[in-house]
Amino acid sequence: MPSTSTYYKIFALLMILAFATTGIAFIDLGIFNPIVAMLIAVTKATLVVLFFMHVRYQGRLTFVFAIAGFCWLLILLLLISTDYLTRGWLPLPGAIPPMGF
Amino acid sequence: MAASTEPLVGRTPNYLNAEHSVKSWLLTTDHKRIALLYLVSITVMFALGGIFAMLIRIELITPQGDLLSSDSYNRAFSMHGIIMIFFFLVPSIPATLGNFLVPMMVGARDLAFPRINLLSWYLYIAGAAVMLYVMVTGGVDTGWTFYAPFSSLFSNGRVTLTVVAVFIAGFSSILTGLNFIVTIHTMRAPGMTWGRLPLFLWSHYATAVIMVLATPVLAVTMMMLGLEHVFHIGIFDPALGGDPILFQHLFWFYSHPAVYIMILPGMGVVSELIACFSRKRIFGYGFVAFASLAIAILSFLVWGHHMFVSGQSAYAGMVFSILSFLVAVPSAIKVFNWTATMYKGSISYDTPMLYALGFIGLFTMGGLTGMMLATLGIDVHVHDTYFVIAHFHYIMVGGAVMAYMGGLHYWWPKLSGRMYPEIWGRISATIIFLGFNLTFFPQFIAGYLGMPRRYHAYSPEFQVYNVLSSAGASILAVGYLMPLIYFFWSMRYGPRAPANPWGATGLEWKTASPPPTENFEQPPIVLEEAYHYSDEEAPIA
Amino acid sequence: MPEAAASPIHSRMKHQFETLAQQHHADTLGMWVFLGTEVLFFGGLITAYVLYRTAYSAAFAHASLTLDIVSGTVMTVVLLGSSLTMAMAVHAAHLGHRKTLAVFLILTIVLGLAFLGIKGHEYYQKWEDHHIPGPGFVWDGPDARAAQLFIYFYFALTGLHALHMIIGAGIMGVLLLQTALGRVRTYTVEISGLYWHFVDIVWIFLFPLLYLVDRHK
Repeated sequence: MPSTSTYYKIFALLMILAFATTGIAFIDLGIFNPIVAMLIAVTKATLVVLFFMHVRYQGRLTFVFAIAGFCWLLILLLLISTDYLTRGWLPLPGAIPPMGF
Repeated sequence: MAASTEPLVGRTPNYLNAEHSVKSWLLTTDHKRIALLYLVSITVMFALGGIFAMLIRIELITPQGDLLSSDSYNRAFSMHGIIMIFFFLVPSIPATLGNFLVPMMVGARDLAFPRINLLSWYLYIAGAAVMLYVMVTGGVDTGWTFYAPFSSLFSNGRVTLTVVAVFIAGFSSILTGLNFIVTIHTMRAPGMTWGRLPLFLWSHYATAVIMVLATPVLAVTMMMLGLEHVFHIGIFDPALGGDPILFQHLFWFYSHPAVYIMILPGMGVVSELIACFSRKRIFGYGFVAFASLAIAILSFLVWGHHMFVSGQSAYAGMVFSILSFLVAVPSAIKVFNWTATMYKGSISYDTPMLYALGFIGLFTMGGLTGMMLATLGIDVHVHDTYFVIAHFHYIMVGGAVMAYMGGLHYWWPKLSGRMYPEIWGRISATIIFLGFNLTFFPQFIAGYLGMPRRYHAYSPEFQVYNVLSSAGASILAVGYLMPLIYFFWSMRYGPRAPANPWGATGLEWKTASPPPTENFEQPPIVLEEAYHYSDEEAPIA
Repeated sequence: MPEAAASPIHSRMKHQFETLAQQHHADTLGMWVFLGTEVLFFGGLITAYVLYRTAYSAAFAHASLTLDIVSGTVMTVVLLGSSLTMAMAVHAAHLGHRKTLAVFLILTIVLGLAFLGIKGHEYYQKWEDHHIPGPGFVWDGPDARAAQLFIYFYFALTGLHALHMIIGAGIMGVLLLQTALGRVRTYTVEISGLYWHFVDIVWIFLFPLLYLVDRHK
């Protein structure tokens, strides 16, 4: 189990990342804005999971259980994108298909 | 062993006679009693779903829509589907046989979370109660698939209440799965390594993984549908910029893995039955175990094959088609391994084995027609025809329900302490097999020739297939009624069962029939592999 | 990990388990399975949101600007703080320090209620601006339909999250009561902490998804 000083250090990191994500949002990075925002969010979440939720200090089984949900969500997002990303690809005459990216 | 006419209360203390009050049953945390509570509830729901099936089959005897109006017919097949899927098939084997056997097979006193187990039953009852209310106040006409925007904006049925019922039932399912996963991971008896687990447990573990990961998406989709119905926002309404296909994606993300929730436990039962009634270890144990996990994982990658003609991108269709071919592989591996197990085995044709053999044949037919449906080009023609209906009934009824019946017969002596009458068991198994094929095989032909599903009237050239099918349905109904009668009969008049009437391996057979409340006199220690059948093995004790 | 039996806050072994360690392991795994289901529950809604945001990026960006980024950042900080106090509460529970446990539970509840208060204020603002999805929706801007979709997702996602926070605050309240009565168990605090941290993680993702859409424009 981590010590209280570890908790405070992680909290400090989380605060820095929180302010960073707000600040970076005001800088125009084009396509990278949402990517950076998500990366920061994932980092914050990872810190909470590993340290506040003690996964860093428990066995591999707990780690697998912790990560399984996120992996499955990724499956949903990726496979559903195969539809939406490719909606406009067939050269059909007429209107643009709805929701096509 | 002479037939005993003593009442149900056994002579030795067991979980059935431990306490008699209503409160001791309704507030029980004993997994075995909860399994029986589920058994009674899902039998009632099965009967209700069956009544709607009768309505459908009677209507379809004639080509005209003369018994039911088209609106009533829509409600009939919707109620049939919703009840059979959410309130019968999904819980069936896991909540009854699974609840009863998972702790015993790992050698534990109970599941990891007995109170959560009881909660899951109460949630099931709550969902079923809401569904019953829906039924008596008009039902829904959307089909069990609830496609938007019809269900959200145009249906005049009880959509909101139905999605609430399904939401609650889904939560019940999640809690069952949660319990199984944690129990199998943390409560195995000393010596019970993963490699010694009965395949029933591997299947239930895989089922539990699907339950836990897929059902929440159904829950949130039902919630979105309900909100749409109440507030008319337009998440799925094209007029407001929404995409109806998004509903289908989210719905099928659960509902495809759900069909594996319905079949995997049956496969687990069949593994146990084939091994016992061939007096042989399962051929390729490791392959069968990993095939269960592979099915669980791959099942999440194929949902788009329900949407080939819905308007999703053709490229997505191709991806899902290829992945759907892949998911057939582990199922086929299981069929090959069961067959290889029987080769040079010492086969006996007791009732459970008849059901297991029926399963293998009918599941294979259902599975092969599934591969036909996975083929994009064929599906364009047979989508929304009776071909699809026949396909999934071969899997669900010819597969899952047969396995459920086989399991019920096999473990009945353990559950109740009584033997059912074997002759009647074999007769009803045969009637069910014949009735089933007569009901559903003509539907393959009718569908292939173009008869659409969900229509209360059809073109006259399909009538002969429908008449055959309805005739088969009445035979099937008789077949299902018989076990209901003789199981009840056996509770009072059946001969008392010994601890291991089949001479089977497995920890559940090492304790009395019916078991004591704590399952085992002493916590067992496992020293052998799962199916240690051999010539010198335990004779029928 | 110190076995909690030595401290005044101890666990009672339930009959289905063989050892306390087995029970604690099962409890932890059980909570993680439940949290996994919650990931997919929120995930379904988030998937729908992500798809619509990509399809209607301009309208969603415009609508996102109606959310107050200051209050959003404050809410993020508040919740992260509550995760810290929760972790400290669990720490105190493991050490058997009941008074410290009570203090940190109170702090966690206070921060959680602060979050809900700010959220409630945001909702009230939306109501005043007639930005509630449904018949009363008023929007000045080119794409009112897509904007209404955004606002719907805003309410659905943050509303679901707030519901989970209310439940979490309720759980913390119960734990506080148990601590006061001397009946709290260490592992109950640990497991409840997992739930609380998870609710924080959901917000960690909701904040950039909803509030930070093209802010630089």
